[in-house]
Amino acid sequence: MAERPEDLNLPNAVITRIIKEALLDGVNISKEAQSVISCAASFFMLYARSCANNFEMKGKRKTLNDSDVLSTMEEMEFQRFVTPLKEALEAYRREQKGKKEASEQKKKDKDKKTDSGEQDKSRDEDNDEDEERLEEKEQNKEEEVDN
Amino acid sequence: MADVVVGKDKCGEQRLVSLPLSRIRVIMKSSPEVSSINQEALVLTAKATELFVQYLATYSYRHGSGKEKKALTYSDLSNTAEESETFQFLADILPKKILASKYLKMLKEKRGEEENNKDESEDDEAES
Repeated sequence: MAERPEDLNLPNAVITRIIKEALLDGVNISKEAQSVISCAASFFMLYARSCANNFEMKGKRKTLNDSDVLSTMEEMEFQRFVTPLKEALEAYRREQKGKKEASEQKKKDKDKKTDSGEQDKSRDEDNDEDEERLEEKEQNKEEEVDN
Repeated sequence: MADVVVGKDKCGEQRLVSLPLSRIRVIMKSSPEVSSINQEALVLTAKATELFVQYLATYSYRHGSGKEKKALTYSDLSNTAEESETFQFLADILPKKILASKYLKMLKEKRGEEENNKDESEDDEAES
């Protein structure tokens, strides 16, 4: 749950970067404009959220899914977003699939190594893998903080 | 720059969105709707928000008066909210600015009008 007002805003650095890249080089963006765009972005998300809720209810679901978001964009007259969003979704799904296959392959390789008849060890390795994943996550968190 | 819309992931892999998903989830959860959001919907929302920021910035710049000075200002944004149907939902958070002196003048004029109306109706009553 958001406890501080800052939690309800997106990181300024990222917003500024997005704006700067969208506009040509050399365009100056006032601080006020930057902060107001950031507010507008949060507002956009909340507005989209409540709009998407209608589609979710129509589908009698309790979880917001990708089609709800796409329908919302059309509803809000942001049809221009639909194609790039669909592309992004495909890329994300491919990425997830790739990650899943990579971790499954890793597991298979490990199993092969320990296939010298020590079945108990493989159980431990499952735990190890979980631990590895946890460690990876923590490492990722640290790197995120560094960023 | 590859980092533009495709940010770098923690592992150094290219990520599809620059905005942090955890923060977006927090913002979405702060809304009154109680249902949860699946991961794909979250990624799409993040991407849509990026596209929105780009669109708002470029539209306001192109249609705004700051173009001559090569600057994007608050007034460019509030003009967009007022004039564009697509961005009209932002009108409440991007109100137009006026000078305080102008506002006070407007208030005075309004009060003046109300008093005039009151006098007229009193006169009418007196005559009848």
